[in-house]
Amino acid sequence: MSFQAAGYSLTPALPELVLTVSAMVLLMLGAFRGEKITGLVTALAVAMLVVTGLVVLWLPAGKLTTFGGSFIVDDFARFLKVLALTGSAVALILSRGFLEEPSRRIFEYAILIMLSTVGMMILISAADLITLYLGLELMSLALYVVASSHRDDAKSTEAGLKYFVLGALSSGMLLYGASLIYGFTGTVSFAGIAAAAKEPTTGLVFGLVFLLAGLCFKISAVPFHMWTPDVYEGAPTPVTAFFASAPKVAALAVFTRVALTAFPGITSQWQQIVVFVAIASMVLGSFAAIGQKNIKRLMAYSSIGHMGFALVGLAAGTQEGAQGVLVYIAIYVAMTLGTFSVILAMKRNGQPVETISDFAGLSRTNPLLAFFLAMLLFSLAGIPPLAGFFAKFYVFLAAIKAGLFTLAVIGVVASVIGAFYYLTIIKVMYFDEPKGAVDPVRTELRTVLAVAGGFNMLFFIYPAPLITAATAAAKSLF
Amino acid sequence: MIIGLGHYLSVAAILFTLGILGIFLNRKNVIVILMSIELILLAVNINLVAFSSFLNDIVGQVFALLVLTVAAAEAAIGLAVLVVYFRNRGSIAVEDINLMKG
Repeated sequence: MSFQAAGYSLTPALPELVLTVSAMVLLMLGAFRGEKITGLVTALAVAMLVVTGLVVLWLPAGKLTTFGGSFIVDDFARFLKVLALTGSAVALILSRGFLEEPSRRIFEYAILIMLSTVGMMILISAADLITLYLGLELMSLALYVVASSHRDDAKSTEAGLKYFVLGALSSGMLLYGASLIYGFTGTVSFAGIAAAAKEPTTGLVFGLVFLLAGLCFKISAVPFHMWTPDVYEGAPTPVTAFFASAPKVAALAVFTRVALTAFPGITSQWQQIVVFVAIASMVLGSFAAIGQKNIKRLMAYSSIGHMGFALVGLAAGTQEGAQGVLVYIAIYVAMTLGTFSVILAMKRNGQPVETISDFAGLSRTNPLLAFFLAMLLFSLAGIPPLAGFFAKFYVFLAAIKAGLFTLAVIGVVASVIGAFYYLTIIKVMYFDEPKGAVDPVRTELRTVLAVAGGFNMLFFIYPAPLITAATAAAKSLF
Repeated sequence: MIIGLGHYLSVAAILFTLGILGIFLNRKNVIVILMSIELILLAVNINLVAFSSFLNDIVGQVFALLVLTVAAAEAAIGLAVLVVYFRNRGSIAVEDINLMKG
């Protein structure tokens, strides 16, 4: 029997193969030519991420599986893969300024981001626990190195070390959960687990809790969020922009897929956990961000809160809820990357500035930058008619339709409290005395900001493409 | 006494707990944390192999082999990050990892 007939066709995994091979070719290029071609390697890496995205869209429609059913490509995977690839490519574009400094010409940076993206794509396509684990580790191992990529900086290496220790702990917990689930259902494939897990037995619930704890670490949901503020603050800013976008997409994708396709039989069990985690993340994200002085730490708490909001949609456990999660994560990526392009643009005399008081009077020194940041912050706070409002609207709607009224009410209250710290930044920008002009903004930052800001402001005019794609993606899970 | 599945699971659970405690209670050295992580992964492997033998299913052993491979890569990356950190700070004591307060 041929490999094809046995369900081992390579076509569904073609995007991953393209990206892996091109990462290795670029690694060879960098190894032979040295650090002087860092710029070229980075540009080619962005190009290959785009090509991979096109390959994802080019794959035959419908549900494809391969490697004995452990790797699945459906509309859900396509939607999130394109999103993760976009996030990685934009994060790489945002890093160009960082990589141009003579001391930081590290060509490995782009290659690590590509390999990490391969991990994310495997994670998004995972249909059994082994693929899930391998994808997660491929993503995380590259991320640990990227976090400490500024080798001479004590903060960056400390961020890398903290991320490594807590990340390794989380994958250990995830694995322990996976081993228990395997033991008590006798299979590792999600479909097999769904068929076997009709009753919540003690061993199975234990495994489920450990598995979800490991996944909560990766999306930085409370109570497993401790690493987020430190890693966001310590890592170089372009790396933080990357951490806040693509890996969150992949981790949230696998969270959704595991909950909805592997454990539909014991929904009430994981629903309790997700409701608790969502409430805790939203509340902590809103309150803990208020006292922050460093904008990157503030964005860390903001991302914790946003993951809580996204989980509200998952807690509903319905197709509408899954659609809400997908819309939320897509809009979140756009908002975050836009905001980080402003943070990267904040430089005085060539030195990056990171405290909130440095934004004082930005409306007078650089009105356009201030306007775009204000719009993105309004969107993050969820004020209509900006995109962030619709993101929250869909998840809360799904929660209410599923009868989770308490969750929705707490979410709306947390969102109002969270608006306070976003508005504080806007107040500092528009009403405080200027601190001196910022350096001219680089072209690529301006482009990213214009696209992300434009998407946020104009989303309400033509939301159909994103909503239709998310609906189709959510449908493929049920 | 016949040694059954329960015994293997108990050993794995004890090792797993020791690994977790080793990460959180240890105040001295980051190397000990790396050892604790290995302990957690070994606990998982005992679980997987025990289940595999008990269920008469080979997948658990395949999983255990993959875990071993990935654990080696993880340890290599952990030590590399640790070396870079040591060059900057001149110490790997856990209480010195405090430039940022989380």
